[in-house]
Amino acid sequence: MTGFRAILMRDLRLALRQGMDSAMVVMFFVIAVVLFPLGVGPEPNVLARIAPGVLWVAALLSVLLSLERLFHADFEDGSLELLALSPPALEVVVLAKVLAHWLITGLPLIVAAPVLAVLLNMPADGFGLLLLALLLGTPTLSLIGAVGAALILGSRRGGVLLALLILPLFIPVLIFGVGAVEAAIGGFPARAPLLLLGAIFAGALALCPWGAAAGLRQALE
Amino acid sequence: MFNYFANPRRFMKLATVLSPWLAGATIVLAAAGLYLGLFASPADYQQGETVRIMYVHVPAAWMALFCYMGLAISAAVGLIWKHPVADVAARATAPIGACFTFLALLTGSLWGKPMWGAWWVWDARLTSVLVLFFLYLGYMALNSAFDDPQRGSKASAILAMVGLVNVPIIKFSVDWWNTLHQPASIVRMDGPTIHPDMLWPLFLMIGAFTTYYLWVLMLRMRRELTETRLRARRQIQAEEAGA
Repeated sequence: MTGFRAILMRDLRLALRQGMDSAMVVMFFVIAVVLFPLGVGPEPNVLARIAPGVLWVAALLSVLLSLERLFHADFEDGSLELLALSPPALEVVVLAKVLAHWLITGLPLIVAAPVLAVLLNMPADGFGLLLLALLLGTPTLSLIGAVGAALILGSRRGGVLLALLILPLFIPVLIFGVGAVEAAIGGFPARAPLLLLGAIFAGALALCPWGAAAGLRQALE
Repeated sequence: MFNYFANPRRFMKLATVLSPWLAGATIVLAAAGLYLGLFASPADYQQGETVRIMYVHVPAAWMALFCYMGLAISAAVGLIWKHPVADVAARATAPIGACFTFLALLTGSLWGKPMWGAWWVWDARLTSVLVLFFLYLGYMALNSAFDDPQRGSKASAILAMVGLVNVPIIKFSVDWWNTLHQPASIVRMDGPTIHPDMLWPLFLMIGAFTTYYLWVLMLRMRRELTETRLRARRQIQAEEAGA
């Protein structure tokens, strides 16, 4: 547990001292969402109709953008090897780094999402569900992404490759995340998509640290 | 048996013997299946002649999943027991499986236009098969992304096992969600719901697709093993010339 905390605090401290890194992800999120009214046209009805989907897709891409560096810096300067040799199991190291990644990139996205929802004219019924769905969905994205980030370490074309590996696996989160928000806006019960989001989160929490740790092990061999 | 074929040379011997038989079986089964399917079987009372697309679509979709299971199992065997031939099998399976998946999507789309009125609908079965196609592409991309081929096959083996979660989703997508795609009609508890006149050509085509897969798999694996041996021999020659 002390090892978990130490790694978590280290990653958070590193992120805070290089503050721009996490701000960049939110900036990307905002700009990506702002592109849609400019591209689709400023009609309020159209924007309200596509708002949940646009927000989720933009959140997905922002998380993807930040995932490439999840293990990369530690892999490059050799601290990943020290972490692998340290007492906590590699799975615990992965969990700590994923939690730090979510706190640095996931939470700011959730804070920014309602503001953007207002810009997109999203009906007010959907706001609570949007936050709740993002709260359940973004940690899942960080967890699934950790597996991909571990697998591409040391490969020739990291970023594009990561998108190809991870985006297909993000699709269920996108479907049920948007489903929950749209159900709330349409006045239907959002219980089923929320439960499914929770189930995916629970499954990812149980399985992804093992996958990511296996990926790290073969990268360090 | 398992350890026996860890030696590529022994495997090559078996593959060389099996290949012509598999090729022959493919030709016979495909000829019989295509004749029965295209000429001797009746048209559907609702779908008319377009039902014949099914004789390619169903086996292709079947093989898309079969190949992925083969890919994941051989990747796992290669990763866990460091079985060299299993690695080669996984690598050789991926493009074949991707082609079957593409064929299933393409024929489904050709059938969907006259029947559903759309080339593509975003229902659960179609979407999950599209994800399967991307998984194949991701596997191949990751496999070739490293300078060290060993690392490529290990990393992509882990990805193949992660992708396994998609297989039950594809299989049960027609039961879990209320989709446009029809539910299972061959493998059911209460027996198939297809008339034998249509079931026979379908089975023959599935057999043909399976033997075709095995045949091409043997060809691809023999090619890769030969290539490896050739490279090793060239290296030795170069070293001898240098010394």
